[in-house]
Amino acid sequence: MSDSVMRTAGRSPDERAGRLSEIELSVNGRVRRLAVDPRTTLLDALRERLGLTGTKKGCDHGQCGACTVLVDGRRINSCLTLAVMHEGDEVVTIEGLGAPDDLHPMQRAFVERDGFQCGYCTPGQICSAVGMLSEVAAGWPSHATAAADAVAQRIALTDEEIRERLSGNICRCAAYPHIVAAVRSVAEGDAG
Amino acid sequence: MRAFTYERATDARAAVAAVSEPGAKFISGGTNLLDLMKLDIEQPSHLVDISRLPLRNIEDLRDGGLRIGAQAANSDVAADARVRTRYPVLSQALLSGASGQLRNKASTGGNLMQRTRCPYFYDTAAACNKRRPGAGCAAIGGFNRIHAILGAGDSCIATHPSDMAVAMTALGARITLLDTDQSVRHVDIADFYRLPGDTPHRETVLRPGEMITDVVLPPPPPGRQLYRKVRDRASYEFALVSVASVLSVKQDTVRAARVAFGGVAAKPWRSVEAEAALIGRPATMATYRDAARAALRNAIGRGHNDFKIELAERTLCRTLAHLAAAS
Repeated sequence: MSDSVMRTAGRSPDERAGRLSEIELSVNGRVRRLAVDPRTTLLDALRERLGLTGTKKGCDHGQCGACTVLVDGRRINSCLTLAVMHEGDEVVTIEGLGAPDDLHPMQRAFVERDGFQCGYCTPGQICSAVGMLSEVAAGWPSHATAAADAVAQRIALTDEEIRERLSGNICRCAAYPHIVAAVRSVAEGDAG
Repeated sequence: MRAFTYERATDARAAVAAVSEPGAKFISGGTNLLDLMKLDIEQPSHLVDISRLPLRNIEDLRDGGLRIGAQAANSDVAADARVRTRYPVLSQALLSGASGQLRNKASTGGNLMQRTRCPYFYDTAAACNKRRPGAGCAAIGGFNRIHAILGAGDSCIATHPSDMAVAMTALGARITLLDTDQSVRHVDIADFYRLPGDTPHRETVLRPGEMITDVVLPPPPPGRQLYRKVRDRASYEFALVSVASVLSVKQDTVRAARVAFGGVAAKPWRSVEAEAALIGRPATMATYRDAARAALRNAIGRGHNDFKIELAERTLCRTLAHLAAAS
């Protein structure tokens, strides 16, 4: 946090109200500096201030997963965190994963497997799936992992595992079978 | 969201000093607090960010226990090899809660401090003694399908939503607290939460400004461990009823038992009555049914949640049978 923000601590609430906080964070590999109202969520900072509208606002309460981004490599709901809390962090959004002429394997798999209908949840689904595969690679168990396997750190990425691990991402078009197929194809390394 | 000011605490002592100001609150993962601030249920005027305090470690203790830093993410605790092997009930409980995204952000201390998901607490147009003391309780006589059956009163029938805390209760965890005068105290998780009584807005024994710094798990109790959660959908849903249990069976006799319920009360509900009804008895379904009846003897349904009494009994029996079969 910048000095200007830390200094606000000693002032009265009236004096501090309305003050902007200076933050610096890396977004898709580029350092960005912003002065934000402390209320600004990471989601709103990305969309409204940085023009990165690929990340979607669905419920704005952490229930739908449309706002999922990767922060320091981990998937989180950008609607339930403040931009000021991410000073110095590395944020990757759907725009940072790939571009139309250079798709990330997960993006390509969603296109090839028809893993969406309206597309609104798709950026969140893809960021979540990419973060999830890192968790699997790290040997993290899930609720769907059998107890013995959870202890042994063996993760077989079954469809049940994929569904459980992506339960934080809602698709109201119900493209789930194709989403699972897309994620499975990337996990198995045969995307594209 | 109402305006507030923000500061990031640089060390634990500075954090408790900073939060002593009226209207100030700690923020850690923020996954529950920011949700409540958006809905105008929480209205802090100042946030003290404790998420970067050096309290993320999970450390072995000499006695065979484990110390979990209050800022350790739920996902890190669930995936920790020591938790998975020595405290599987805790890993299972964590993994049955929330979503992958939320577990990456939610902290251990924040999970303990999360508020109820009672829909009347969330609805600022509804009467809620927890939100506005003296306003009444719309859940009593309302749609109370998810509400408490144990330890509730006439002022509030909300439940505590945590899965993690239920497992920690079965494990006999102890919570370390740092006070604003820099003194440290330790509170058993069984004594950490308050039952609603006439003051349902007071949910824990935390003093104003006090901060959770870590949770200490004693060495694992003897026996096998299991967390079983029953809910309306298969994933990403709060418990209707859950059971965290540790059971040791030798020569078809129960030697040791721990039982805690989730989703049934304003706190994770340890049932010493069920444990007493198990220890020294044959490991049979008849014993489990006796234990379940003992656990739910004082349960009170409020109409829509009457089914939870039988559901809790059955969930305990099923959990114990599973543990005994694995022994």
